[in-house]
Amino acid sequence: MRLVLEKRAEASGRMAILSPIIAILLTLVTGGIIFALRGLNPFSALYVFFVEPLTTAWSIEQLIVKATPLAMIGAGLAVSYMANVWNIGAEGQLTAGAILGSAIPVFFPEFQSPFTLVVMLALGIIGGMAWASIPAFLKNRFGTNEILTSLMLVYVIQLVLDWLVRGPWRDPKGYNFPKTIAFSDWQMLPSFQLIPPSIGPIYVNLGAILAVIAVVALAFMMGRTLKGFELRVQGVAPRAGRFAGFSREKTVWFCFLLSGGLAGLAGICEVMSTVGQLQPGISPGYGFTAIIVAFLGRLNPIGALVAAFALAISYLGGESAQVALGISDKTARVFQGILLFYILACDSLILYRLKFIGRTPQLAEGRA
Amino acid sequence: MNEQLLSVILTIITASTPLLLAAIGELVVERSGVLNLGVEGMMAVGAVSGFGAALLTGNPYVGVLAALFAGALLSLLFGFLTLTMVSNQVATGLALTLLGLGTAGLMGEAFVGQPGVHLERLHVPGLSDIPFIGPILFGQDLMVYLSFAIVAGVSYLLFRSKAGLIIRAVGDSHQSAHALGYSVVGVRYLCVMFGGACSGLAGGYLSLAYTPQWVENMTAGRGWIALALVVFSSWLPWRIVVGAYLFGTITVMGFSLQAYGIGIPSQLLSALPYVVTILVLVLISRNRALMRANTPACLGQPFVPDR
Repeated sequence: MRLVLEKRAEASGRMAILSPIIAILLTLVTGGIIFALRGLNPFSALYVFFVEPLTTAWSIEQLIVKATPLAMIGAGLAVSYMANVWNIGAEGQLTAGAILGSAIPVFFPEFQSPFTLVVMLALGIIGGMAWASIPAFLKNRFGTNEILTSLMLVYVIQLVLDWLVRGPWRDPKGYNFPKTIAFSDWQMLPSFQLIPPSIGPIYVNLGAILAVIAVVALAFMMGRTLKGFELRVQGVAPRAGRFAGFSREKTVWFCFLLSGGLAGLAGICEVMSTVGQLQPGISPGYGFTAIIVAFLGRLNPIGALVAAFALAISYLGGESAQVALGISDKTARVFQGILLFYILACDSLILYRLKFIGRTPQLAEGRA
Repeated sequence: MNEQLLSVILTIITASTPLLLAAIGELVVERSGVLNLGVEGMMAVGAVSGFGAALLTGNPYVGVLAALFAGALLSLLFGFLTLTMVSNQVATGLALTLLGLGTAGLMGEAFVGQPGVHLERLHVPGLSDIPFIGPILFGQDLMVYLSFAIVAGVSYLLFRSKAGLIIRAVGDSHQSAHALGYSVVGVRYLCVMFGGACSGLAGGYLSLAYTPQWVENMTAGRGWIALALVVFSSWLPWRIVVGAYLFGTITVMGFSLQAYGIGIPSQLLSALPYVVTILVLVLISRNRALMRANTPACLGQPFVPDR
């Protein structure tokens, strides 16, 4: 018996919808097996990991906090990957955005007005775009592989961040801890009540709202505009894109600036809300997890929003499992990796169907 | 001064060996037309497996073997997805890196802070005692010699043997190779596993010889640098040696400059290898004729036989 793939006559619409769901189910089964091997009751462990984060108002708030950067970055990456532009340095662009935006509180701590907020967010976007423009420029000018350059730049900017908060930007009254002064008032994102206290109360910060706006805007662009069509054509049929006269160089620039800017926005939103100051380790790898978000969301911005919640659950679940079950919060990272594998495997089933064939080659069947 | 120079050279060799091992493995993978971006993940799992096995048995060579098998096993997963399930190679490679780093972190939790087992340097009586030259040529650990043997072997295999011809044919035109009756998927599976084994070894070298301990994220982007080295080498085995030792030297220079306490912040010196990687990639890819001549034509393209 041998396992082979057979090309479907046309892409399976049913599998396109089912594939992420099957991938999640397979991940849960695998997770259950891993828990069982570690001597835990798989059902209660899976409950703690994946269901408990949805049961209290506080944890739903946390879920939104974690889903915010994932959705922002994931939607941008989804558009990039759709157009066959491989920006995998979102983590670095996130850091660059956080750094540039934080320059305001560091150098002008007294600058306090609603305008402060706007300037910081804008600088965050610019920082992410600037860092993303390096691989885009190198790709277009020299044909340098953007995967490697965007990734190398992650390490570089993280070291720059480390140097800044230990050196010139360190809080002089911070007892030598590697961090800047704490942000205050207009340097922090405002929160809004999403659900009234009678049910929740659930608060969300401005970042979550920006993330939803970004996702809807990108979904509109991809589905309803010529730009979106241009990007999709270049991803699915690069040759057709060339014949249509779409500029590859412009697409590379567009995708890097878009995904980099969103990553930068996610970075500055993180430091302006959850973290509250610039320090090393501002992100638990959101920029990398967003790659999984993009794929789980089927490279569709709205899909990325949904996928961001799925991945946010794994982050939260990891934390609560550590407390409740004493298993490492690193388990979440493993689940995320496994999930991506299953998604990619299931995605093949959209274009191909699995077939078992016997040992003997069957010459009679099919075209010769 | 001589003493100092000697110790710097010895450090350069230990810093270069993991890059050499990982890059030569990936070179074979890419020659067969497969782009495996999961080197970093396989290295991480190799590092933790090698460390753990050596710690449990007390024997560093068991660690080396464990690292090798762990890397090969993980690459098999990549092979199944990209070759059997024809998934996107870039995405699957990234998935392998994410999964590998996560798994290594989880596996390694028990090992944090444990004293490691050191892969000792060989000592050839007489020869190793020759001043200066002796320790460099005859006083390395086994893996250093192995890394050069692998490069020589790969160079011979790819360009002097029929097997190499088949591998290159599969990488340059999988449809023709298939039409000639070669098993494209089979050849690629073997190459992917060889690459995985080499990445595993590279990781094992980090946790057994370079810094005999387990620290999370100890691979620190070396897998990615190895991928860049393959481009740098323009897919020629001996140039990998040049590249790996160049990068080893840059890394060690960064550390040495820190030790001398010159005014540059240590973080910026640590960033040096990454910046140089980008510069080297730019210099190489500027030469488009060279890139086009040597890049395996089917690199990264999925293969589904038309029966």
